[in-house]
Amino acid sequence: MKIGVVTFPGTLDDRDAARAVRIAGAEVVPLWHADANLHKVDAVVLPGGFSYGDYLRCGAIAAQAPVTQAIVKAANGGLPVLGICNGFQVLVESHLLPGGLIRNEHQHFICRDQKLRVENVDTAWTNAFELNQEITIPLKNGEGGYIADAETLKRLEGEGLVAFRYIDGNPNGSLNDIAGLRNERGNVVGLMPHPEHAVEPGFGPDSANAMRSGIDGLKFFESVIKAVVNA
Amino acid sequence: MSTSVNPVTNLDTVALAATTPEKHQPWKELGLKEDEYNRIKEILGRRPTSSELAMYSVMWSEHCSYKSSKIYLRQFGEKVTDEMKKHLMVGMGENAGVVDIGEGWAVTFKVESHNHPSYIEPFQGAATGVGGIVRDILTMGARPIAVMDQLRFGAVDNPDTARVVHGVVSGISFYGNCLGLPNIGGETVFDKVYQGNPLVNALSVGALRHEDLKLAKASNPGDLVILFGARTGADGIGGVSVLASETFDSTGPAKRPAVQVGDPFAEKVLIECCLELYHAGVVAGIQDLGGAGISCATSELASNGGAGMRVDLEKVLKRDESLTPEEILMSESQERMMGIVPKKSLKAFIALVEKWEVEYSILGEVINEDRLYINWHGEEIVNVPPRTVAHDGPVYHRPVAYPAWIDGLNANSVNAAGLARSNDNATEIAAQLVQVTTSPNQADKSWITDQYDHYVGGNTALAQPDDSGMVRVSEETGLGVAIATDANGRYGQLDPYAGAKLALAEAYRNVAASGASPMAVTNCLNFGSPENPEVMWQFQQATAGLADGCLELGIPVTGGNVSFYNQTGDVAIHPTPVVGVLGVIDDVARRIPSGWQDEGNNIYLLGTTRDELDGSVWSEVIHDHLGGKPPVVDLAGEKALADLLHGASLQGLLASAHDLSEGGLAQAVVESSLRFGVGARIWLGELMERDGVDLTAALFSESTGRVLVSVGREDDVKFVGLCEARGIPVLRIGVTDVKGQGANLDGAVLAIKDVADFNLGDLRAGWKATIPDLFG
Repeated sequence: MKIGVVTFPGTLDDRDAARAVRIAGAEVVPLWHADANLHKVDAVVLPGGFSYGDYLRCGAIAAQAPVTQAIVKAANGGLPVLGICNGFQVLVESHLLPGGLIRNEHQHFICRDQKLRVENVDTAWTNAFELNQEITIPLKNGEGGYIADAETLKRLEGEGLVAFRYIDGNPNGSLNDIAGLRNERGNVVGLMPHPEHAVEPGFGPDSANAMRSGIDGLKFFESVIKAVVNA
Repeated sequence: MSTSVNPVTNLDTVALAATTPEKHQPWKELGLKEDEYNRIKEILGRRPTSSELAMYSVMWSEHCSYKSSKIYLRQFGEKVTDEMKKHLMVGMGENAGVVDIGEGWAVTFKVESHNHPSYIEPFQGAATGVGGIVRDILTMGARPIAVMDQLRFGAVDNPDTARVVHGVVSGISFYGNCLGLPNIGGETVFDKVYQGNPLVNALSVGALRHEDLKLAKASNPGDLVILFGARTGADGIGGVSVLASETFDSTGPAKRPAVQVGDPFAEKVLIECCLELYHAGVVAGIQDLGGAGISCATSELASNGGAGMRVDLEKVLKRDESLTPEEILMSESQERMMGIVPKKSLKAFIALVEKWEVEYSILGEVINEDRLYINWHGEEIVNVPPRTVAHDGPVYHRPVAYPAWIDGLNANSVNAAGLARSNDNATEIAAQLVQVTTSPNQADKSWITDQYDHYVGGNTALAQPDDSGMVRVSEETGLGVAIATDANGRYGQLDPYAGAKLALAEAYRNVAASGASPMAVTNCLNFGSPENPEVMWQFQQATAGLADGCLELGIPVTGGNVSFYNQTGDVAIHPTPVVGVLGVIDDVARRIPSGWQDEGNNIYLLGTTRDELDGSVWSEVIHDHLGGKPPVVDLAGEKALADLLHGASLQGLLASAHDLSEGGLAQAVVESSLRFGVGARIWLGELMERDGVDLTAALFSESTGRVLVSVGREDDVKFVGLCEARGIPVLRIGVTDVKGQGANLDGAVLAIKDVADFNLGDLRAGWKATIPDLFG
């Protein structure tokens, strides 16, 4: 079981994503932006950060990178792909997921522990959750406001493509409190909050039991291992 | 575009300088004194070229040469024992000190100021402050692993304060977040003394394996001098000497803003690129370019390595082709590094910088001669002994004078001024508790810290609002470091010697309270004009206090920074020596949070409370008063307390620990309750009786050497026994109570006997609202 973790210039959470993959029990394969070879990985994580300094638009330049072109092609063939934060922005810029992400409505970067509801568990990255399960994972972004036109929103809601919704407060003005999306096939999931920062007791968000002990993010990575094994 | 500068015909060359001794030079405008200019002529045996004058003026500025502070900073290297040096791999004088933390790991940390630029242009000033300190850490061969910021702004009700607060916080957020470094804490203080001189200090810490240590020196003749990273532009030209060495004077001539502009993306790429260069072993020496740019990097690398250098300056990659050689030498463009690369490693060097798409240019090579030669299109424009530029700058023995006003200030104590106490009025003293804890300096700072990423890296074990920031260094063993920084300008104003010791004591106590063992010290000394003898006296006192304090605690100063000229007109800021203490913890899983976590634990106060309200938050918030003498510091007692906390944490006896400082016991009790929304019942009668203090002092005194801990009932006997065996005063002052439910902490109460029962949800709402209401 090999999971690729992509590094663009300016990617920040690649080491965190790699750690999450290792803790979940899979092998990490580092993927370099300039290399279109996916090295036969079983799934790919596009981690957070500021790829290419967020120049032009968040994720826009990374969407043109050789590795992204290869990932788009493979995703269209069913390869599980998870885009986290800047990775979500790359997925949107690559048209693997619809809509766009704009500056938070309050104009500030925000970093906090965020509660989410899992709204769809029929995907490669969410199958280990219960439907409507409430989870807490860190959120940290400056441009996390999800937008889409009315027709797209209607389709997303109608077809059950909203994977995660913000609860107990919308942190960035996202329409319909949308925190994350899935594609029709369920192999591609993108979200603004960071599951890779909630995988190890001691370094995650506070939980009801103890400080920094939340590991709700681990289920994303366990899900994909299950999905690949069962495929 | 201007084409008036002909790079060849208008060039002031060494040959020209030798034949035109009478030429007038703008040494005064560049910040040099007449005797300094004469000394340059003496060193060179002729007048300097304009390029040499640029180099000397910027390197001999207060900011780069420490000419006013040098004679005082020496004691940090002198007042040390061999024991203190045991873990010190690199001491003062390098870009940052390096400390051995065991298991083959070392850490390097330093705090630096970016005060003046942050007033002129708060966003870029603060952003490049982060960028600069991170490059210092990177230069030592370390991966930067965290940042912290120590911020001091003007009065909250002054209309200009919001401009500075928004700019500074956004600048730190913009730059730090984009670098991928967790921001693990810091300080935010508002006081009108900082109105025209906000303090923006930035700290960074990095980790390295012992064998990866790098030094800024060029010692092997034939090695190549390579400039890489961002291109050189016109930003920050003269920034160092003009901005950092001249007081803001509202009546003086307008200065051209010369604040640098930062690109954190370029710095992030540079960090990863440098770390790969280090691991590949292709750089023999490295120096970052910050203040004084190429002037500093070339002269310091050569001087440190005991060698010389020959550089062709036209090879520097520029953003603007019209830059003159003098401007290139002085430019403070960010995100640049200078590497010393052996010729045999050049191919590997190029492969790595090209992988990261970092631009580079080979400027020249190291030579076996005590000379720095710089050419411009084949014409010699600099020919100097590098040491005279980098290290043999002027040393001043500035006049020192005991301030005329200080005896009067010290005499005007809380008691002499007859400040009213509300000991017998529960309603009033309860209102004072709320006023103190919700005042801007004591209120929740998450409106600021929520704008910083504190998760990236996955190693953050503690961050704001706990007493220290703590990061894991080794994922295998859990080995980590904790850092706390403190300074209290009000104490510094009352007594700068004690003020520095108090800052040290508090940072030391904070680190100990988190479960780590204090190990090393960094500092950023923020003061007014050294040309004012009373300010110089404050500086003399503060440095002596810090050096004596470090000797008493047995932990060395590993590096730091001095920021003078923090004054507007004749009015200096309060002496603000920011002291950072670094501690090591063998496993961060053992860390101790600052708040109680469970119901039914016993709450103990360690240490003794005296009636020490002079300079306190209570005197400021309730009475708008500053006078008297600051609290007494007992560093032997602090050491014993830290040892006790270490012992207790090793045995897992502490559920929480929170140091008592600004706002006293009242602040600590409120913060410990709000940390996890767990209530408490507190009684102060025994404390007042044992220590002979009244209710006001019990709640608001800022006596040092005190920590508030919570202990599980099963560990009670063991814990009290441990305190008694070590002679640490211990008194049970309460028990933890119900944890609040939901967003409003329903059901949780902080009940202080004879004061009030505070609903925790209400306390939190007020504590959290202050800063957003002012700046949100």
